Parts: sequence; structure tokens; C-alpha cells
Amino acid sequence: MSGMVERNGAGTIISHVGLIFGIAIVCFPIYLAIVASTVEQKDIVSPPLPLLPGGHFIENYKKALLSGVNIPVWRMLVNSTIMAMGIAIGKIVISLLSAFAIVYFRFPLRTFFFWMIFLTLMLPVEVRIVPTFEVIANFGMLNSYTGLILPLIASATATFLFRQFFMTVPDEIAEAARVDGAKPMRFFFDILLPMSRTNIAALFVILFIYGWNQYLWPLLITTDPEMNTIVMGIKQMFPSGDDLADWPVIMATALLAMLPPVLVVVFMQNLFIKGLVDAEK
Amino acid sequence: MEKRVTFKGWLLPLLLITPQVVVTAVFFFWPAGQAIYQSAFIPDPFGLKSQFVGWGNFQFIFTDPYYLASFKTTAIFSLSVTIVSMGVALWLALMADRIIKGAATYRTLLIWPYAVAPAIAGVLWLFMFNPRIGVVSWYLDKIGYDWNHVLNSNEAMLLVVLASAWSRISYNFLFFLAGLQSIPKSLVEAAAMDGAGFWYRFRTIVFPLLSPTTFFLLVVNIVYAFFETFGVIHTITAGGPQQATNIMVYKVYSDGFVGQDLGSSAAQSVVLLFVVGLLTILQFRYIEKKVHY
Repeated sequence: MSGMVERNGAGTIISHVGLIFGIAIVCFPIYLAIVASTVEQKDIVSPPLPLLPGGHFIENYKKALLSGVNIPVWRMLVNSTIMAMGIAIGKIVISLLSAFAIVYFRFPLRTFFFWMIFLTLMLPVEVRIVPTFEVIANFGMLNSYTGLILPLIASATATFLFRQFFMTVPDEIAEAARVDGAKPMRFFFDILLPMSRTNIAALFVILFIYGWNQYLWPLLITTDPEMNTIVMGIKQMFPSGDDLADWPVIMATALLAMLPPVLVVVFMQNLFIKGLVDAEK
Repeated sequence: MEKRVTFKGWLLPLLLITPQVVVTAVFFFWPAGQAIYQSAFIPDPFGLKSQFVGWGNFQFIFTDPYYLASFKTTAIFSLSVTIVSMGVALWLALMADRIIKGAATYRTLLIWPYAVAPAIAGVLWLFMFNPRIGVVSWYLDKIGYDWNHVLNSNEAMLLVVLASAWSRISYNFLFFLAGLQSIPKSLVEAAAMDGAGFWYRFRTIVFPLLSPTTFFLLVVNIVYAFFETFGVIHTITAGGPQQATNIMVYKVYSDGFVGQDLGSSAAQSVVLLFVVGLLTILQFRYIEKKVHY
């Protein structure tokens, strides 16, 4: 693959230098957060911030995790984990089922349901916040995991992804299953599901990050700090008015908040990229 | 596209599709319908009864200077975020595409910020530019620039644009890199042998062949800037100062939940629904086109 265009020496060096420069810019805000989470408040209030990490790593993270500002961060991490897992698993389950129905059956209102799901393709929760909030409040789901998860599990994206994948499964396989007298659900669990493994995993990675990073929705429906998720809880750690924020603890929390999704992206990079590209098809 | 081989029966598929249809109906169509319905009413301050006003709320928002200003703010904000983020990402992708050794390492180092939530990105940038303790604002002060985004509208806008663009670079980078790598190397090499320089090749071969990716990213980034940047705005400026960063999505939230002006907020939701509809059509066009290639 390597032709003369890439081998061109000066160009390659320029590219390396440019990339390192770019990476430095992209990573700088996070590097600063790491520094800030390892120093004391007094190092921060008398700028400039030292450019090397300090020695208060354990102290700050312990304070954040065990006492936090309004609520210990470990509690918010638990809430975020439940929400992210709930959204990812919920979306995948209902999408697998509905895609199976749409692809492998002919039934009344099939086209109607198909378009109904399709219409939600790009209807983010942000545009219908007030009425959705009212629905959840009427169901008595404020400050509950169900309220956090349920409104976010309907999405056309996952359904379409599975639909597309099911379409590529050779007809002969379903035909053979039918001839053998396999019931539809048998076919679904024994054949279709194992074949969709990689797609499910890739989608899970994307949906986990999506769920983890939700902000507006938890902000609206979790008025009880006990139910705060970590991404929305950080803002709540800033004092109202002119008091100085507890920056070392806030920055430690910010890093704890990004750690799970970052680990997912780095260690499941190939699945992540597949999921990202598939989801946008 | 339809399957030739299907299973018999209609009760089972209806049961299978029910969970998704119910969730979609309850949490998408019902609220969207409510938004349209509420947009025609003004609830009294006690929430006891509503008065029908027809187009009144729309007439109100479209003559409200704050709402019209919010339109303009949203346009400036979305375009800036899209251009900055795509520009930086394209530049990085062009360089990464030329590299053979260490390409995987560079990719890893550039994609992980994707996992950082916009709200967290907001907190990180707020920390750097905090007028009192921020590192960047301290160095700016040393070179004689007094940074204060809490008071200065333009600085506030610049800061939310930078934070929002930053958290989108990884995504754009990945798609640009994939797009670049799908361009046949033989084409670029043939041009290079004919003596075409890097910029000439970029202008005449690479960029045109990259246009489907660019168009796709353009739409996706505008959608991102419209909706998903709520966290950035909320953590950094809360729409201020003097509404300078009050983008439409933020205004729906602040009018509806903070200001309790439900009629106006609902009308604004309907306008946003309309915008989303337009963007969906645009994206659908793109999908259609890609199928034809």
C-alpha cells in the first residue's frame, strides 16, 4: 500500500510534527484536569496552576468518592452505571425484537409501525423536554431509574441497524430452519442472535457511551441528589453565588466521570469504530 | 428491499414490536403532540386552566427580540462549531493519512476524547478560562489581554464554541480518516508522478472525492451543535451574559423550566421539531444518494 506519496520524507516529518502538535492541543484540557485533581485548593486559587501533577492524588480522589460535595461520587457512579447499562441493554433488546418482526413477518400495520419508528430517527429528547417531563411526572417516575432509562430507550437507529443486518442474512438459512420445523423464536435465539453477536457488541459500546453521557434528561428528572448521575452531578458541585468552587474535588470527579467511557473507547476500539460507522449508516 | 422467506402468523410479530411501539408512542409521539397542543395555549400562572390563543404563542415568539436573537445566536454558534471542529479534524486526518508507522497510536490518542461528555468538556474549558483562576486566562493576562467571559459576550461565545468543537474533533477525525483511506491511492500517486503538489492534489482529487463524507459530517455536526451542546452551554455560561449564548435548545429549557413560560416554550419546541424535520430530510437525501453510488 505504501507508495511514493506517503514515503516522501519531508512530508512525513511534517505530518508527525503536526499530529503531535494536534494531539497536544486535544489532550491539553484533560492534562490540566489531571494536574488540578492532584494539587491542593491553595495551589489553584493562586494562579498559575503548576504544570506538573502534585502529591494530593489519593486525598482528592478519596474525598470525591467518599464524601463529594452534595453526594459521594461513588453513588453517582452507581447511578450512571445503572442508567447507561439500562439504556444500552433496553435499546438493544427492543430493537432486536422489533427488527425481527419487521424483517421476518408480514402482519397488519407493519408499514405503519415501520414509519412510526422511522420518524423518531432524529427526534432528540431536547426538543420535547417539557411534555416528556410531564409524562414521566404523571407516571410518578421522577427520581427513579425507570424514569431515567425508559424515555431514552426508544430509538430508530438501533432498529434500523438490526434491520439492515437481518436483510443480509441469506434466505436459505431461514428457509432451512422453516423446513426443519423450527418455530420463529427458536430461529431467532438459535441462529439470528448468535449471528448478530458482533453487531450487538459494537452497538452496545456506542449506546453505553450515549447513556453514560446523558445530561439534560437526568438534570430534569433527578431532583434528589441520591439519584444524580455523575455527568450531570458535576455542575451541581459548583457553589451558587460567588463562593469558590472546590476545584481539586470537582476535577477529580470530572476525571472519574470520563474514565468508564474512555476505557471503553480505548480498549474496544475496533468495536467502537464499527458501532460508530454502523450507527450512522 | 423485502425478505422472500418469512414466517407465518401475525400475533407473534405484533407482540415483538409492541415494546418499541409503546415506548415510541408514549415518549415520542405523545410528548410531541402535547408540545403542538400546548403551543396553542397560555396556561394561567396557577396552572389551573389554559386559555386558547391559536397562533398567539408563535406570533409572540416571532416578534420577541430575544427569540429572534436566539435564532441568530444559534446560527452563528452552530456554524462556528461545525467549521472549527471539521477544519481541525480534516487537518489532523490529512496528516494521519500520510503516516504509516505509528498510525494506530495516533488514532488512539485522537479518538478517546469522543468519550468525554459535552458537559464535562464544558467544565474542563471553564477551568482553563476561569477569569479568576484559569491557566489560559492567567497567561492571557500576562500578555496584556483581560479575559472575562462572564462579562464579555464575544468571549463567552468563543469559549462555548471552542469547548463544543473540541468535544467533536474525534468523531469528525474518524470519519474523515475513513473517507481519506477509501480514496484509491493509485489516483493520488498518478497525480504526484505528474508533478502535482500536495495542495493541488488535495484541491482537485482528494477534496472532491471526500465530499460525501464532508456533506454527511456537515449535517451531523449541525445537529450536534443544535442539540447535544446543551451541556456545554449549561456548564459554562447558562446562556449568558445578556443571552449572548442562549441557543434555541437552551432557551426552550430556560423558558420552560426556569421561567415557567410553558406556552412559549412549547411553541419553541414546535419550531425545533420543524428544524429537526428539515435536517432529517437533508440526511435522508444523503443516505439515498449514497445508495445510488
